[in-house]
Amino acid sequence: MWLHPSNPQLDKKGQLHHLLTLEGLPAEILWQILDTAKTFVGTKVKKVPLLRGKSVFNVFFEPSTRTRTTFEIAAKRLSADVINLNVTVSSQSKGESLLDTVDNLSAMHADMFVVRHGASGAPHFIARHVAPDIHVINAGDGRHSHPTQGLLDMYTIRHYKKDFSNLRVAIVGDVLHSRVARSQIHALATLGCPEIRVIGPKTLLPAHVEQLGVHVFHDMRQGLKDVDVVTMLRLQNERMQGALLPSAQEFYKYYGLTDDKLALAKPDAIVLHPGPMNRGVEIDSSVADGKQSVILPQVTFGIAIRMAVMSIMAGNK
Amino acid sequence: MPGNPLPDAEQLLTALIEQMRPAVGPDTGLIGIHTGGVWVAERVHQALKPKTPAAALDVSYYRDDYAARGLHRDVKRSEIPFEVEGRDLILVDDVLYTGRTIRAALNELFDYGRPASVRLAALVDRGGRQLPIAAQFIGATLALRPGQNIALKRDAKGRLSLDLREEKR
Repeated sequence: MWLHPSNPQLDKKGQLHHLLTLEGLPAEILWQILDTAKTFVGTKVKKVPLLRGKSVFNVFFEPSTRTRTTFEIAAKRLSADVINLNVTVSSQSKGESLLDTVDNLSAMHADMFVVRHGASGAPHFIARHVAPDIHVINAGDGRHSHPTQGLLDMYTIRHYKKDFSNLRVAIVGDVLHSRVARSQIHALATLGCPEIRVIGPKTLLPAHVEQLGVHVFHDMRQGLKDVDVVTMLRLQNERMQGALLPSAQEFYKYYGLTDDKLALAKPDAIVLHPGPMNRGVEIDSSVADGKQSVILPQVTFGIAIRMAVMSIMAGNK
Repeated sequence: MPGNPLPDAEQLLTALIEQMRPAVGPDTGLIGIHTGGVWVAERVHQALKPKTPAAALDVSYYRDDYAARGLHRDVKRSEIPFEVEGRDLILVDDVLYTGRTIRAALNELFDYGRPASVRLAALVDRGGRQLPIAAQFIGATLALRPGQNIALKRDAKGRLSLDLREEKR
């Protein structure tokens, strides 16, 4: 096998070949991605010729606007050709299997697949199946992982707070269904963040979540006390089966981020949200549009992160 | 190389600066190429004091060996704090060898605008060009074998020196 024996994202030299999850990714690679992304932020020249002649296929088995668009912009700014496939409305509905879809796309000379799928593990499955010169980036799989979102959140935190070694970070809301939360927790731990808190009702926290090394709070007012970073999660109605919540109104009352709850965090705390936001459900408009919100910079940094990941990966043989 | 010590980089720098003096006006843009070229450009800038601030270029995203070698581990952001359009520019590098770095630098520069002119200054020209590129200002010309590499180093006090490395085959 040409991949790393213990980590299917890395090649034998320990370099990034696929990006599937932030779990188990060495700190050195995380820092390399964050440092490389910095070179793409705020530059006068938006487009560089690095991936000229390469084809990036955005293969989305689940709907997405922001992630797909920012991947597309990132690839275009590296001069790659981008092909967008919305598989939900295409072959799969005609009954084609996942691997047949991938084989067909490989036959169209893809160099890189950006994959979103509703099933956890689908990008991993594809990565094991493709030819050795094809790279796979996970753009979100089920409840499992959303590594580029986790990375752009780390970029945003580093941009405003400079350093992870003294930070208290709170992750609030629907952790159970959130691939973003898992990616954030793994990345924060690897980058040396000493205190990660998760805040939410018992029904929306995974069982034994404290085994990830996080502190668990069910009372948001206690959990937000003196934190430096508040990252809100979207309430994922589409992934909920059965009644995990009495109502969105009640969720807002206890776990919605409002100005008075945010006042319990440090005065210079920043507020993140991976989007799309449910205003009035997990976050109040006055917070989302307020001075401490860094939600729109997150989107901008997301392009730089995706450019960094693609340019590092495509250069690794 | 016993019996053939490398020249002193500080002396070469002084010679280079004297060559460049008549060519550098207040509006000349000095652009160093990462990493050694940036050090040389900074020193030339200190000595000749053009009004235009010194610039730094990292050509990693324009290199023609990306497909073979991948992305450089430590890419820096290119910083050109002046308008390139219509300006007389001097690219500054530490060691001029194949000319491929300069080709990449020219491509990157033209993404910023159309300069009036671009000239090239190198602390050391070691020959071995693979492209039709020549420097107008040269600190010294050295004959090296293909397996030998010289690199510029900078110590804590900012002093420059040359270092010879034999490539392992």
